[in-house]
Amino acid sequence: MGDTRVRERTRGGIGEDVARIDGLPKSKGAFAYASDLWADGMLWGHTLRSPHPHARIRSIEISAAVASPGVHAVLTAEDVPGKKTYGLEFADQPVLAWDRVRYVGEPVAIVAAEHPELARRAAARIVVDYEVLPAVTDMKEALEPDAPKVMEFGNVLRHVRIVHGDPDADADVWVEGYYETGMQDQAPLGPEAGLAVPAEDGGIDVYVATQWLHVDRQQMAPCLGLPMEKVRVYLAGVGGAFGAREDVSMQIHASMLALHTGKPVKMSYGRAESFLGHVHRHPSRIWMRHGATRDGRLVNIRARLLLDGGAYASSSTAVTGNASTFACGPYEVPNALIEGTGVYTNNPPCGAMRGFGAVQACFAYEAQMDKLAAVLGIDPIELRLKNALSTGSVFPTGQVIDGTAPVREVIERCAAIPLPPEEPTGPATRDPITVPGGAQNVGHGEGLKRGVGFAAGYKNTAFSEGFDDSSEAWVRLSAGPAGPLVEIRSAAAEVGQGVYTILTQIARSELGVERVILDPSDTNIGSAGSSSASRQTMMSGGAVQLACGAVREALFERVRAREASSDPAGELRLEAGQVLESELPLGPIERFLDEPIEETRVFHHRPTEPIDERGQGAIHVSFAFAAERAVVEVDEDLGLVRVIQIAAAQDVGSALNPRSVEGQIEGGTAQGLGLALMEELQVVDGRIRNASFTDYLIPTILDMPPVVSVLVEEPEPGVPYGAKGVGELSTIVAGAAVAAALRNATGRELNRIPVKPDDLVGLAEPPTSSGPPAAPDVPGPRSVPEYFGLGAGQMEILANDADDA
Amino acid sequence: MLIRTKVNGEWREADVWAGSSLLYLLREEMQLPGSKNACEQGECGSCSVWLDGELVCSCLVLAAQAQEREVRTVEGLADHDELHPVQEAFLEAGAVQCGFCTPGLIVAVTDLLEHDPSPAEPVVREALSGNLCRCTGYAKILDAVSLAAARMREGKA
Repeated sequence: MGDTRVRERTRGGIGEDVARIDGLPKSKGAFAYASDLWADGMLWGHTLRSPHPHARIRSIEISAAVASPGVHAVLTAEDVPGKKTYGLEFADQPVLAWDRVRYVGEPVAIVAAEHPELARRAAARIVVDYEVLPAVTDMKEALEPDAPKVMEFGNVLRHVRIVHGDPDADADVWVEGYYETGMQDQAPLGPEAGLAVPAEDGGIDVYVATQWLHVDRQQMAPCLGLPMEKVRVYLAGVGGAFGAREDVSMQIHASMLALHTGKPVKMSYGRAESFLGHVHRHPSRIWMRHGATRDGRLVNIRARLLLDGGAYASSSTAVTGNASTFACGPYEVPNALIEGTGVYTNNPPCGAMRGFGAVQACFAYEAQMDKLAAVLGIDPIELRLKNALSTGSVFPTGQVIDGTAPVREVIERCAAIPLPPEEPTGPATRDPITVPGGAQNVGHGEGLKRGVGFAAGYKNTAFSEGFDDSSEAWVRLSAGPAGPLVEIRSAAAEVGQGVYTILTQIARSELGVERVILDPSDTNIGSAGSSSASRQTMMSGGAVQLACGAVREALFERVRAREASSDPAGELRLEAGQVLESELPLGPIERFLDEPIEETRVFHHRPTEPIDERGQGAIHVSFAFAAERAVVEVDEDLGLVRVIQIAAAQDVGSALNPRSVEGQIEGGTAQGLGLALMEELQVVDGRIRNASFTDYLIPTILDMPPVVSVLVEEPEPGVPYGAKGVGELSTIVAGAAVAAALRNATGRELNRIPVKPDDLVGLAEPPTSSGPPAAPDVPGPRSVPEYFGLGAGQMEILANDADDA
Repeated sequence: MLIRTKVNGEWREADVWAGSSLLYLLREEMQLPGSKNACEQGECGSCSVWLDGELVCSCLVLAAQAQEREVRTVEGLADHDELHPVQEAFLEAGAVQCGFCTPGLIVAVTDLLEHDPSPAEPVVREALSGNLCRCTGYAKILDAVSLAAARMREGKA
């Protein structure tokens, strides 16, 4: 019998390094990104933005713009057909400003013209009469009673207070620190772009680069005064996202112009406008006090975090929740008091960026762990291992880790990666390009100091605090001309992370069919939730797995009904296009597919709880952990840095596409390295001073060292295939590790990232603080706008969606 | 103004505004959107093309400068369904994520390997330092360059 067994395995399933399904068109230049779209008779949209951080709008004069050549429409707030505001968590952001502008770059008017240059010129002829108002551009000052108010109800977006054990518990040894992080930009290479096409039914079809089609639609439809079903959103090619595409940018504007003119309208931001047109990573100020026993056990942590949310809420309240709940790091501590505050200011709005609050917290708590290790005379890695969380540990929020928590493993395996060999220093000993600043030919290897730094960190997968960010998938199995064919429909946004490829791998493994096609993502199927929070593999992967399971069961019913089985109790299985019974072939799958089988399923993660008055609750779904070690070389005369190696170990649950996981670790590390060394939007008096790739630097291929990564695989129970989210962790730990290595090399405090050359040579003093601000007076632990009835958060949006369905 | 230029081996004409860049001419007038517009300042390399065989950022070249000259773009690399070895290597090495930088990088890598079939790693890094990628951290791009270089040397051997 042995020779009749099917030995062939389905190729391209989970666990394999399957090549991207969108790689071919992307390599040929044939992949249609949002900025590549084109339609007959198309107009170009352009946005006029506020030059002031805070001003009253006295009047807007558009007649000269209307009379400009090639102009088809000039619209202001008066022309918004429906609701005048929108927002991810709260509808606090005007579609177009009226009465007041609250940040530099806020949209005030929009223009449609026959050529992008004509649209720009017409916009320049709009005359806005502003009365400049006092602005608040410092996050600490925003909490002072006499500060200008950004919103009528004040400047506090959220205040979270987490009380754990006895916050007054004393310790043998205390270390204290004050930390700052700058405003980082996601800087996806693809600009915000899309094409809005008016439809015959009075509705609109919008092709856009986004992270979440349905939440875009939910914000667009009320503003456009259209029922949800008349706003159809289609995913255009997305040129990177990293959180920048969670919020609406040009979607409503282009739709308004298209509905007004009856013509397709394309909007595509330039790089400078892109820096103004999306949210950024929250700048933070963090005060921490760590108490420990003499032998290095954490006893008590006090943390105070302040995050600058800028002029509108975006996802600031959720970021504040994350930064606060993660403030103690991946360590067990019996007592803690954590207070985190997100504030409104007249700075550019901040929101989601890879790491989502965990990045800022990690920079602070890991610097504290190093300080503690130094005071105690304990090896920093030993101290981390001594306090590492594990399954069964309790977070300061009272949540017990019931999943896998290989914190010790990631620390040990990262530390075990061999260090790079020492390189000779001094002039003319090696290729100049390999010394700090060498590409600029400014140094030749004099005065180099090597440093090694370590950081561990963690983050949740999927949305938290009671949010059910479910995902729907539709799967169809049919007999194609070349054998069985699986078709998948999901609204998951492929933003470059590789979710499309993962979904096809899952379908291959579940149905034993190699030919899998994926329909374009759009709002004609239920929501897949956002391509953020490292959640799509778990959520949309889970939905495809469920739908495939349902298809498989339906197929097995047919098989059992038609085949006189040799063994009615025999287990049926699908592999390599065959139906197997007790591992023996019954026949090709397509024999049972005279009618196709299709099923739709929705995947929900387990429910989570809101944060209560004492900051307690099982508020996150699942956790993943990582450690990185950075080796740097610092030119002590010039303050220049070269990162020589990054060693990384990451808890991935199980790797569904190992090469793609490595790609996430390498790319995420680059963004963390960028935050540590070069990436900061310089905001002076509310104005971004470096809105270009000439002045906002991101790591180039010369800046990136080899990243040696180890995947720690301990499958997470209760999660599809045990796979944890992998997108964000490396960004969280890389910045902290690089900063630690710079401290190790220079002996300097370096309590602010990005670290600048002046900091490394001692020309700039480290930032100091007179102490944390007092806790603001807030009605409770939820987002402050909620208490004032400013609704339409994502929760409400999803509830509406469920009603529609 | 009327521009006549030879693009990927074919003479073409387009009427553009005098201030238009070569990138705009290619993307918006000649239906060749493979070259990407990501910075408009020659910083990111996403719009890299050849002008008379020389690697340029097409966002920094006026359309008018291409008058009666020869342009080669990423769309001209694959021979119908047969990919250029550099394109193949990018796919196999996992060097593509969002892919927005990919056309520019593929052009830049092809240019490098046409001039230097066996570049040492520092040379590769310097040659590609004008091409920004925000997704990959460049590791798989370096892998792709090695793979492509080996294949192209074999192909010529």
